[in-house]
This record gives sequence, C-alpha cells and structure tokens, in this order.
Amino acid sequence: MSANKAKMHVLSIHVENHAGVLSRIAGLFSRRMYNIDSLSVGETEDPKISRMTIVTKADDNTFHQIQNQLAKLEDVKHICELKKDQSVLREHVLIKVNAKDSTAIMQICQIFRANVVDVSKKLLTLELTGGPSKINAFIDLMEQFEIEGLVRTGLTGLKRGSTTEAEANMQEK
Amino acid sequence: MIKNGADIVLECLLEQGVDTVFGYPGGAILNVYDAFYKYSDKIRHILTSHEQGAAHAADGYARSTGKVGVCVATSGPGATNLVTGIATAYMDSVPIIAITCNVANSLLGKDSFQEVDIVGITMPVTKHNFLVKSAEDIAPVFRKAFKIAASGRPGPVLIDITKDATAGEAEYIKEIPERIDNYKLESGVKDFDKVIDMINKSERPLIMAGGGVIASGASKELKKLQETVDAPVTLATMGLGAFPASDPAFTGLIGMHGSKTTSLAVKNCDLLINIGSRFSDRVICDPDTFARNAKIVHIDVDKAEINKNIFVDAKIIGDARAALDELNKRLRRKEHPDWMKQIAEWKNEYPVKYSGEGAFKPDDIINEIRRQAGDDAYLVTDVGQHQMWAAQFFGVEKPRHFLSSGGLGTMGYGVGAAIGAQAAHPDSVVVNISGDGCFHMNLQELSTAATQKLPIIDVVMNNNVLGMVRQWQKLFYGERFSSTTLNKPTDYEMVAKGLGANAFTVTNMDELRSAVSKAVANRTQPTVINCLIDQDYNVLPMVPGGESIEEPIIEITPDGKEVR
Repeated sequence: MSANKAKMHVLSIHVENHAGVLSRIAGLFSRRMYNIDSLSVGETEDPKISRMTIVTKADDNTFHQIQNQLAKLEDVKHICELKKDQSVLREHVLIKVNAKDSTAIMQICQIFRANVVDVSKKLLTLELTGGPSKINAFIDLMEQFEIEGLVRTGLTGLKRGSTTEAEANMQEK
Repeated sequence: MIKNGADIVLECLLEQGVDTVFGYPGGAILNVYDAFYKYSDKIRHILTSHEQGAAHAADGYARSTGKVGVCVATSGPGATNLVTGIATAYMDSVPIIAITCNVANSLLGKDSFQEVDIVGITMPVTKHNFLVKSAEDIAPVFRKAFKIAASGRPGPVLIDITKDATAGEAEYIKEIPERIDNYKLESGVKDFDKVIDMINKSERPLIMAGGGVIASGASKELKKLQETVDAPVTLATMGLGAFPASDPAFTGLIGMHGSKTTSLAVKNCDLLINIGSRFSDRVICDPDTFARNAKIVHIDVDKAEINKNIFVDAKIIGDARAALDELNKRLRRKEHPDWMKQIAEWKNEYPVKYSGEGAFKPDDIINEIRRQAGDDAYLVTDVGQHQMWAAQFFGVEKPRHFLSSGGLGTMGYGVGAAIGAQAAHPDSVVVNISGDGCFHMNLQELSTAATQKLPIIDVVMNNNVLGMVRQWQKLFYGERFSSTTLNKPTDYEMVAKGLGANAFTVTNMDELRSAVSKAVANRTQPTVINCLIDQDYNVLPMVPGGESIEEPIIEITPDGKEVR
C-alpha cells in the first residue's frame, strides 16, 4: 500500500487538554505503525484545548490514513497540515559545547543569532530558535567543538496569514 | 435530586433503556452492586462465572438486538478479564459499555490492592474510554459514552469509576437521551455520480456486503440494490444474514473459506461494490490479485477504511442505509442475464457442501441443526473449523441472527455470546456451534445459563483436535501436529450435567436428530450436544495465506493431493 515515497509532514492537532490524551495519540501512532519524528504539546489560548505539533514521515496514502485515524479519536477536535510554504515553523535547541575554542564558537553564534545562556570554565550553553534546516546547520557546525549535551524541542508552528486561529479552524471544518 | 454515585450509575442505565447487564462483583465495585440490589426490580443483573463471559454476553446481547450491551466488573483482575471481550467487540464494531470500578482516588497510582490502569490497558481496544473520579461526572460521562458507542461506526466504550465517585453524592436530574441519528452521508453528489456511472457501465457487477449493512439495518435496501443492479451478492462473515442465504443471487461466503462461486465471481466481475465491509486480510487474501479485473467501489461509514487495505476506484462515505437509499433512488433498473446465468451455472457446478468423505459430516450436522432450529434461530459460533462450517452451511436468512467473532477470532466467545442473545430473546432458539477446543475455554458459563434458565444449545463439534490449526499443520507444516491433539480426559456429557445443563453425546445422524429435537423442546435448561466427529475433516475451499482468492483449494484427496 506504499505506492509513493515517504515525505516529511507537519500536523497541527487541537486536542482536549486532559490526562491521557498524549498517550491516546502516541498509542495510535505506535499501534498503526506510523512514524513520529517529533512531537511537541502545550496549552493554547483556550486552556481547555492543547495543541500538538507532530512531524511524521509518511507517503501520501499513509498520511491520509494518519489524519483519518486521528479524526476518529474523541479527544481530537481539529487537525490541519502545516505546509512549509504556508506556515511559520520553529524549533528551539539548547547545546552544551566544550569552551576551548570559545572565540570561534561565538563567531558562529553571531552568524546564526544564537545566544549564550550559560558560561563556565569548561562549557558554553547555547540556545537557538529557527526552522529545522537552520537548527540542523548550526548543530553540524557545533560538532567540531565537541558537543557535550543537546536537546531539541521538536517543531511547533502556526499557519501564516491574516486569518485568526478560530477562523482558520472554522474553515477547515 | 441528590443521589450517591452508584445510584446515579443505575439511573443512567435506566435513562438509556438498559434492562439487562452481565457482570461479576468485587471489592471496588461494592457500592454499585449495592445499587443493583436496590434497583433489582428494574434492571436484571446476570451473574456470570467469569468476567470474560460477561463481556461476551454483553456483545451477544448487542449483536442480536442492535442495542448497546452492558457488562460490569470490579477493579484489577475483574477489569482485565473483560479485555478479550472488549477487544472482540472492538474488532467487530459492536456497541457495548463496559463499566469497571477502580480503587479510591487516594490509592490510584500506588499499586494498591486490585488496582490496574484499565483505561490505559483498553485504550487500543475501545472506541473511547473514561476515568471518572467524582460523582458529579458520572451522569455526563454515561450519556456521552452511550452516544459514542452507538453512533457512526459503533464500538465498545469503557467507563472506569473510582470508589470515591460511586460513594460520593451529586445532584442528579433525569434526562431523556438524545436520539442518535446515524442515517447520514458525508459523501456528496460527486461521489454518487461517479459510482452511479460505474454501475451503469458495468456488465458484470458483484455486490459484497459486510457487518456495516447489519449495523445500519440496511438489509431491505441491499436487496433492492441487488434487484435494481441485477447483480450477485456475496457476504463477508460479519455480513451473514444481511442478505438471505436462500436467495438465488447469493454466491456464498467470500474470503479464505469462501465459496468457489464467489472466487470465480470476484475473478470475473468488472465492478465490485463493497458495502460496509473493511476488506480484511481474511476476505481479500492477496490484495494485488483481488478483483484484479474489476473497478472497486467502497461504501463505508468510516473514512479511515477507504484505501486502508486495498486501493479503490470510488468511494461513498456514510451510513450504509442512507447510501443505499440514495443509490436506489438514482439508479435505473439494469439487467445482466448472461452474467447471472453464469453465476447460476457456477453455483450448480460448485455447490456449497462438504467435499470429503465421511459418515457423520460437518455439513449434514449443520444442516440438521438448521432444519430443526428454523429461520428465526440465533446462530452463535466459536472460532475455528466449526465456525467456518457454520458460516458456509447454516444458511442465515436474517440480519442479527449470526453472531461470531470475525475480526479478533476469539476462541471461547460462543457460550457467553449465546447467553447474551438468549437473555435478549428468551423465546427464540439460540444455538452455539463450538469445537472441543473453544468449548473448553469458557464452558463454565454453562452454569450461568443453567442458573438463569436460559435454554441455549451448545453443539460441540468434538474431533479431539484443534482442527483449524491442525489443518494448517497438515497442509503447511509436514503433518507435525504440535500441541493440537487434545486427548483430554474431559467427559463433556458429565461436565455439562455437573454444571446444570442437559447433555447428549452423538455419533451419527439419528442420534443427532433426536438430541437436537430434545434440546429445542427444552425451554428451561441449556443443552450440550457432544458430536463426535472425525479429526481429519477439513474446511474447504481454502485459500492458503497470501495466495490469490481466484484459485482456492476445493478438495484434498485421501492421498493428500490438493485440487484447485
């Protein structure tokens, strides 16, 4: 059933903000053999609703299946795809690197507009926000300085344009 | 009015018109059982021998009535014992409510005595589930749960209630449940135009139907479509009864053990219209060759079923009855005399009967039971060879009269489900066709039937082996019969009598005839008919796993040669 190639897709899902929802969503992905590259979740402007941003690798048919299966969950209120060219997609990374070569590190940070958030004799902790390719490029460059620790939040995003979230939701439905 | 949580549970069941529940008490659920005591003149509680039996009984009740079935169990092992029954209902889209009670709020998450996270455990096998921690949440959750279970594609819903919630008090105001209207279409004119065009262009259409037609009550509409399109009809196991087996247009079962006529129809049709069946692997066998000469139309209430197991050429999303009504309204009458003649010829050439030799053959046994049980009987099955023989030979005429675990394939389903069906239809004949393997799994429920004076008839096709697994070992594992020869010392007649049932052991048709007539006449006690049959009977036709449906094995000669 996988006629075409797997591609990265970003899904933004509004869910009820109560216990167990994350495990329902994650459970659906694992038992149906769908892939999750990253998942981030947090409260929205309405405290009863959380928004999950899920990055998944899937061919077109599987991606349809994922959306249809998610839509069947009682706790899922709304699903939309965040297409790259129509959305603002951001990720946050924290990196701890060896401070031996701090001048070079600072130069790269300047180019990327990354911040130094913690300094010690041996280590620098850096933070950067950006799209996935920017984050990847930054991590690539930092590798030469010995990365001692790294954490990424996973992608989050919103649709671009002048429609408010509520209006966009109405249109989708 | 202020009521305690347990009373609110019972009030909510009454709101929904529940008259019978199946369950087993325990520590965490004591409050609710206290309420069952109080409400015993309004709700019948059937105490089973094991919670699994209660879950299957709720399932049998639901399948045979179309109403939501209810089962009840305590925390921990009581709850986990329901899981197989819930999963069985989930796979076959059966609406049941499973009520479990959990330990007190303060003990949750502490590995307390008989504590288990049943909401976590049942997440993948329920349509939805709830953990209720306070009395005021009980009524809204129950109303929502019944609605979820019965709307759209039906399914099981579990409600886990903590002991505090059943003991606590809350304001209760009776509500009349919202009417559930499933008669809906998601597809618009475009989808219908496409399907109608395909039907109009088709010269050799084949209609295939499944459990969705039964769930939506669309049998009449299916018959009308068949007449309008002038097409043969095949049924998936879950669809048996959706179209009368005696109708000349019926080609028999489809799938791994479907009829040869159906295989030929699938191979030669130019349009396959699937209504309410999910193209399970047991139906399509090899997806690449299934209906390879045909365009495929899929009508289903669940959008996620479209293009899941097989790619289709057109779809209609919506309730089967609503979809069929719309099609019937718009289609002009067509005739396909050559195609229908061809179907009749195949039916004549490959009759649905047992292909092997033997004095006491499966088809004769099933036919005799069918003859005496009549058109109105509810047929329940366990899982295995006997299930397929029942599906092939019983000739189900009416929807909701064939109850079988199609999706999960749950051995041990039968006795519990038969109890549920009999409790719902006290005046009907309810027959459970079982095998000695399956029957052994849950035969303790005979005592439930005996206590409740439910006259279910359990026919045990006793071949002393796990016949279906043995058949695979015979065909694909060089006759290495690993753990499938039972050789149990069990005396089924004595066990049955010990559990309060009447029992017969029969070895030929005369004895069977007499036993069935006595069983049918007995309206106060369950009966077990232990049929001693040959261990080498096969279920044929058979499509070996992964092979094309087009060339099933239709006979295995005594020297082991396969005839296709």
